[in-house]
Amino acid sequence: MFIRLVTVALIVLTIIISHSFPWLKTPVIFSLCNGLAVLGVIVLIRAGQVSFGHAMYSCAAGYMVVFLARAYQLDGLLLIGLATSVATVFSALLGLFIVRYRGIFFGMLNLAFSMVLYSIISKFTTITGGTDGLSFTRPPLAGFVLERDAFETALLYVVLACALICGLLAQRYFESAPGQSLAAIKTNETRLEYLGISAKHVFWMGYLFSGFLAGLGGSLFAIAQGLVTPEAGYWVRSGEFVFIAILGGSGHAIGAYLGAFIFEFVRFYAAALLTGAWQITLGTVLIVIIFLAPEGLVGMLTRFRLPARR
Amino acid sequence: MTTEMFILATLDGLSAAALLFMVALGLTLIFGVMGILNVAHGSLYAIGGYVAATLGLAIDKFGLSPALYLPALFLAAILIGPLLGTLLEVGLLRRILGKEHVLQLLVTFAAFMILEDVQRLVWGTQPYFVSNVMNQFGNTDVLGITYTNYQMIVLPVVAAVAYYGLRYFLTKTWLGREVIAMTFHREVATAMGVNAKLVSLLTFVIGAGLGTLGGALASPSTALLPGVGADMIVQSFAVIAIAGLGQLGGAALAACLIGLSRSFAVYLMPELAVLTPYIIMVLVLLVRPEGLFAATSMRRI
Repeated sequence: MFIRLVTVALIVLTIIISHSFPWLKTPVIFSLCNGLAVLGVIVLIRAGQVSFGHAMYSCAAGYMVVFLARAYQLDGLLLIGLATSVATVFSALLGLFIVRYRGIFFGMLNLAFSMVLYSIISKFTTITGGTDGLSFTRPPLAGFVLERDAFETALLYVVLACALICGLLAQRYFESAPGQSLAAIKTNETRLEYLGISAKHVFWMGYLFSGFLAGLGGSLFAIAQGLVTPEAGYWVRSGEFVFIAILGGSGHAIGAYLGAFIFEFVRFYAAALLTGAWQITLGTVLIVIIFLAPEGLVGMLTRFRLPARR
Repeated sequence: MTTEMFILATLDGLSAAALLFMVALGLTLIFGVMGILNVAHGSLYAIGGYVAATLGLAIDKFGLSPALYLPALFLAAILIGPLLGTLLEVGLLRRILGKEHVLQLLVTFAAFMILEDVQRLVWGTQPYFVSNVMNQFGNTDVLGITYTNYQMIVLPVVAAVAYYGLRYFLTKTWLGREVIAMTFHREVATAMGVNAKLVSLLTFVIGAGLGTLGGALASPSTALLPGVGADMIVQSFAVIAIAGLGQLGGAALAACLIGLSRSFAVYLMPELAVLTPYIIMVLVLLVRPEGLFAATSMRRI
């Protein structure tokens, strides 16, 4: 109940903030996009696995958006749909191999593939624009050709709708039989297999879903920015996703967005103060969270709810 | 590919493999005893290199005897390895032994992020390149190729000494056998009277020392830049993943595999050079998910 209240409050706050402070519209959009990708990481964390390379799906989707937008005159929503599908198929194929591994191997193999993608993108300058990235002109959105300001507002609602739908979808998934089996990979995989459920298949579905979420976040991010650079797939980005996931907590889908908002706004305001020590800050906060609040922000919220029930 | 290039690539590969092997040895030793993959190991390598380079510059600046160049490298490793190792073990690693694997990995990852920034704050982003030791050892002609003695002789010898020294320690000394006992089963070893805390700390310090030694010895032949730590942790993880976690001897072969293939890629397909460790790791794990030399482990229900 309390979490539902928080969700509604967060949505209302998002809309109010971006209408009364227009300059905050972009950070709000970015944090929602990040939140989607982080939700993907959270799906895997529920299975007890952590991916150090999930930014590759965001990056792949982002480049797909750019390629399509530069080659054809496509609608923004169509671009998002196509790019997300490509990222999902990509994760489905890679997943066939990766879901065989657990723990460190899983994390490092994801990192390995993301580094391969990153290097390919940075090296093939003629196609991908190298480290400068590629930019594209603002596409029409749902048939309307919009000015910058109107475009951002429209995009905000698109992103908000995507975030809400995906959050609900993820919650449904967590509570469903496949989602519960996914959580069983963390607690006891052998027993899961004794029940006659293929852990590999369950994990593959989870991996596919997380790839879809990361891809959706990445394609929305690309549309919002109008530019994609290889940095979007660098391991630092993947590390940020994992960081936000731990900060938000994996107990509930809302954790992804809460974490992403706090992360984006702390970076927005504090990055100037902390230049050069940004990673020290992230690392220290990460250690503090793991030791003091391993459930993240969501854990704090659910703990807050308990006394009311008694 | 000409014969000269072939020899050059082989020598490059072997000297890189020697360094890689030392770092991977430390990483796999720590994993064996504590069950934690220490991502911050890459930072230990980088900081070892930076400290060695700083000492090398200091020797030149104060006009000290050039005979100190080589001892300075070892001094750097001996100074910084145990210091940072103890700090990490006592401050973080021993406190997370009972936590989930994901969280253990993330704590060392956080330590890695912190140490990366510390390097940048202390040594800046300018590349460090102190090659005075390498020049001191001179060059030798090998089948028409002039190559540095430092890379061709000193590095492999130190790596071999490190490996055989470690093996002697683990199999022949009382303390070493306690370390081995710990890798099999921490609880049972404790019940048999092994001081688990002390052995963990000792192992970690030795492992960290191997990491910093790798960095210190690499400093004369490679430029130190921000990001070398990240590069090294990935490569040394690839080495121990290919060999199988905890396999010391296998790591030597895996290090040669990665070192050689990377140096050959530099000459044949420079674009792919960075990717070779990843590609080989993926190919090996595709065929043998546990690594090439891993013993089969028991399943606990």
